[in-house]
Amino acid sequence: MTVADIVFVEGELDADQLTRLQGFLVDPLLQTGSWNVPAGDGVEVTFLPGVTDTSAGALLHAAEQLGVPVTAAATGRRIEFGDDVDDEAAERIVRRVVANPVIERWSAGTVEPTFHAESTATGVAEIVPIIGKSTDELLTIGVERALALDPEELLAVQRHFTEAGREPTDVELETLAQTWSEHCAHKTFRAVISTDDGEDRPSLIAMLRNCTDAIDAPFVRSAFVGNAGIIGFEGDTTYALKAETHNHPSAVEPFGGANTGVGGVIRDVLGIAHRPIAVTDILCFGPPDTPLSEVPDGALHPLRIRDGVIDGVADYGNKIGLPTVAGAVLYDAGYTTNPLVFAGCIGVAEGWQLHDGPHPGDRVVVLGGRTGRDGIRGATFSSLTMDATTGEVAGASVQIGDPIVEKLLIDVLADADDLYTQITDCGAGGLSSAVGEMAEGVGADVELELVPLKYAGLEPWEIWLSEAQERMVVAVDPSKLADLQDRCDYYGVELADIGEFTGDGVLTVRSGGTPVLELTTDFLHDGRPQRQMTAAMPTPVRDAWIGREVDDPRATLLALLSHLNIASKADTIHRYDHEILGATAVRPLVGALADAPADGVVLAEPTDEVGIAIGIGVNPWWGLHDPEAMAYGAVDEAMRNVVAVGADPDRVALLDNFSWGDPRRESTLGELVAAVEGCCAASMAYRAPFVSGKDSLNNEYTGADGKRHAVPPTLVITAVAHVPDADVCVTPVLAQPGNALVLLGTTQREFAGSHLDLLLGEPDEVGTVPAPDPDAPVRYRNLHQAILEGLVWSCHDVSEGGLAVALAEMCIAGRFGAEITDLPHDDLTTSLFSESQSRLIVEVSPGDLDRFRDVMHEDVLVLGHVTEGDDLVLPGLDPLDVEDLADAFSRTEDGS
Amino acid sequence: MSPPPALVIAGPGTNRDRDLALALELAGADPTIVMSTELVDHPELLDDAKLLAVAGGFSYGDALGAGRLLALDLNVRIGDALREFVASGRPVIGICNGFQVLTRTKLLPGALGHNAHGRFECRWVVLEPQPRSRCLWTKGIEQPIHCPIAHGEGRYVHPDPDALAEAGQIALTYRSTNPNGSVADIAGVCNAAGNVLGLMPHPENFVVGRQHPHARQGSGLDHLGLRLFQNGVAAAAEM
Repeated sequence: MTVADIVFVEGELDADQLTRLQGFLVDPLLQTGSWNVPAGDGVEVTFLPGVTDTSAGALLHAAEQLGVPVTAAATGRRIEFGDDVDDEAAERIVRRVVANPVIERWSAGTVEPTFHAESTATGVAEIVPIIGKSTDELLTIGVERALALDPEELLAVQRHFTEAGREPTDVELETLAQTWSEHCAHKTFRAVISTDDGEDRPSLIAMLRNCTDAIDAPFVRSAFVGNAGIIGFEGDTTYALKAETHNHPSAVEPFGGANTGVGGVIRDVLGIAHRPIAVTDILCFGPPDTPLSEVPDGALHPLRIRDGVIDGVADYGNKIGLPTVAGAVLYDAGYTTNPLVFAGCIGVAEGWQLHDGPHPGDRVVVLGGRTGRDGIRGATFSSLTMDATTGEVAGASVQIGDPIVEKLLIDVLADADDLYTQITDCGAGGLSSAVGEMAEGVGADVELELVPLKYAGLEPWEIWLSEAQERMVVAVDPSKLADLQDRCDYYGVELADIGEFTGDGVLTVRSGGTPVLELTTDFLHDGRPQRQMTAAMPTPVRDAWIGREVDDPRATLLALLSHLNIASKADTIHRYDHEILGATAVRPLVGALADAPADGVVLAEPTDEVGIAIGIGVNPWWGLHDPEAMAYGAVDEAMRNVVAVGADPDRVALLDNFSWGDPRRESTLGELVAAVEGCCAASMAYRAPFVSGKDSLNNEYTGADGKRHAVPPTLVITAVAHVPDADVCVTPVLAQPGNALVLLGTTQREFAGSHLDLLLGEPDEVGTVPAPDPDAPVRYRNLHQAILEGLVWSCHDVSEGGLAVALAEMCIAGRFGAEITDLPHDDLTTSLFSESQSRLIVEVSPGDLDRFRDVMHEDVLVLGHVTEGDDLVLPGLDPLDVEDLADAFSRTEDGS
Repeated sequence: MSPPPALVIAGPGTNRDRDLALALELAGADPTIVMSTELVDHPELLDDAKLLAVAGGFSYGDALGAGRLLALDLNVRIGDALREFVASGRPVIGICNGFQVLTRTKLLPGALGHNAHGRFECRWVVLEPQPRSRCLWTKGIEQPIHCPIAHGEGRYVHPDPDALAEAGQIALTYRSTNPNGSVADIAGVCNAAGNVLGLMPHPENFVVGRQHPHARQGSGLDHLGLRLFQNGVAAAAEM
């Protein structure tokens, strides 16, 4: 199979002009090219009309520089197959492997390019009669327009317009649907929930906020307000923290979905006036070896999703110039039809203050990319469960990113926070939610004809709802507009002044002067009836310590090291630029051969003394058995990760990201309530406040056969912590033969949801999930003291796979052996493979052992010592060669 | 003596401009970052600079080939001014996307194609300075240089690498495994006069000891990427 790039140009060009263009497009040292229409068999692929084609834009720019009169351009690919592939097979390969029908079209032979995506729009809003309709009729309207609103919400809308004495426009209905969507309004997290355990609880969001308020940490500058949480550990420096999900878009168009997920979370940080400095990603996929026959109709194969998602994350992060530093890749059959893409971003600012605008009289200004028909109804799309037809109907929900435009937006906005009085990003809901949120309590009057479009022909509601990427909305005092325009001109960023913040509390949207939307911002933001929900609480097993039998512990260790969740993610990590900005002091891969996993990563400006550590905790398999313990454990894991690299456990802020099934099912909601309780308990225990969070619910897929596929309850905890001295970070790299290896924490028969069970299959009685350890907060504080005193040569947290995997990873990292003589539990399997929480392995010089014990103030276990040799020696077992461990660990992610 | 002024060119999508400016600053220069769109309107900015650097990244998103559109902009608008700058002997460096731009503007020989394995890759590499090179940026550096690569189109192509070596234009080769399939393991080349260096790896990301992956084990200080910039800035100071 051969693949060629195609460029299509429109214009009256002579031979000399064609030669000039070819001289630019074709580098004779690398390529060949021809203007002739190819004669042989092949299939050509190009974008669907309306999908952004950045290369076509580049071609027009080049033609202009070369003085070649090209009037329109498009690009595509041509695939030619060998003789052994017939037409039918070629069509199948193109559809399943090469092209994505959601954004592309193709044809055998040659394809006709789309030079002009313009169409004609009416420019007027449609009136949608709802007054006097029955609830059933309202629901039908809701389904037809994919509004994703509850009956109570539809009735509230009806009541509002009945009182106003007029019918709504399509623009108004769509705006309410976006603003009131689960995605934007977080209805479940704000709902009144009654549970079957008789306990009264505040809403989920209030539970998390109450913890943060109670902890009252001095380093929290802003929590649960605006686009991101803000913390500041020292001086005037603040960090903005945010993590988001982009699950549904990634299921339908993996590259674009993940790509714009990264772009979106970066804008969140930009939207709170911080300069982005790093990206994180946690990805959950179906098993790569899933038989095609087990992939439901209408869904993509997990391998295709994984490759597209990783390409999408890499493309955005690498091009925008941010290091993609921390993350995880998890595999489970539950993610086959519902991949999860969590993307996080961290930003930095000096002397940050919360903006107090917009003020009446400020201009409503849109910066960045142009608006097209992309990503329409994304917020409501992500608030519905998906089914076999989702890929077909959701095409317009897919956004295509342009990281270069966003890079330039960063340059315009970073260090320019005196030029605007308020800022937010255009995310889900597009202008409707960005302007709508900003106008809350103030009001605004905007004209849609002033919004720059990619092509003509968008109806008013499409312009207002479009989720076209790389746009920010800022409120600008008229006196500052010229300065902002200058900055934009310098960086080549488009600025559009589309209206005014009024002060009358009414949001007015016009098309050609005629209002197409008139809503008070009170109704828009507070008119939604609070959702009433019922939860059935889980009843986890907490008192059954059931062990496991393992025939061959050595083989089990090697198999665990090769387990997809534990094995090296080097193939993915190397796809991401984790070096740019020069601040990555502890990388995701560490060790003599840079092939071992770090616990957390550390970022520190090259010339700064202090830095920040980032840790991630996630363990959905625990959640299947005990969501509360899972949540506690996820916080504990994130804490361990940052403490292990040298961060201060008393200066840690947390982010929560929930990806769950449909919360209208009582048991699913009960699991969510339990998980939030686990988060709260851990947050209080560690005095680590949550500063921002996001929930993505409805991660379900109903197959063509009517079968429901939901994700395992997946909570990602991100910890960001203060590193007092970036020069003395700790890693899991064994450093000195003869040093003692010390285990902190207690080891129990806690195997429910363990990787040992994932490997061997669950027994009938699974027993308990690892329980919280009340001594852990003091342990982490003391360990930090030991690190500050220089007593710790290396350190690794014990997590997936247990002690044996952690020891193996330390040996791989240092390319040293270890001789283990004492184990923490009478039962070998428990010692080696239990995943009990709050444990770490620490390398200490023999002469410092007494001092280390003094600092730790608790019983610690000397497991053994580091050796010069090539083997990991475990009691009663034949030695394991470190290179064999490394081979097992570094098997490729394809499972080969 | 006042630090020699250095100009760092950033096109739309260039993203290692700040890293490069920091490296030049730590090496003793006074760097200014300028957008290419500004520079083509004000070529006189080149007059005051004693050193010119084209930073890495994804100018124009690598659309239609890495570095091509930025090179076209520069060539069409200020090609003569750039060639005069080079002819004056002042030091010029292009890193990663900057290297791609310099080959496309024909200020350096050869071309850069997609990595042999077809993917973007980020990892640390070891570079061997070539003692026979005429390059002023690598002059006198005997220890290998350690630094990361981060590119998808870094496979150096040249029809006659032997002639290039003969002319002293191979400045740096990969001492660690050739990461991208470059001919003759070439990581960096210079022009015939030796004042223009282009390289794919990022020495600007190893300018303080802590940045080395093995810094905690006490390694790396002998292999600072900063050495290259110190050479370039020293040459600029003599202009």
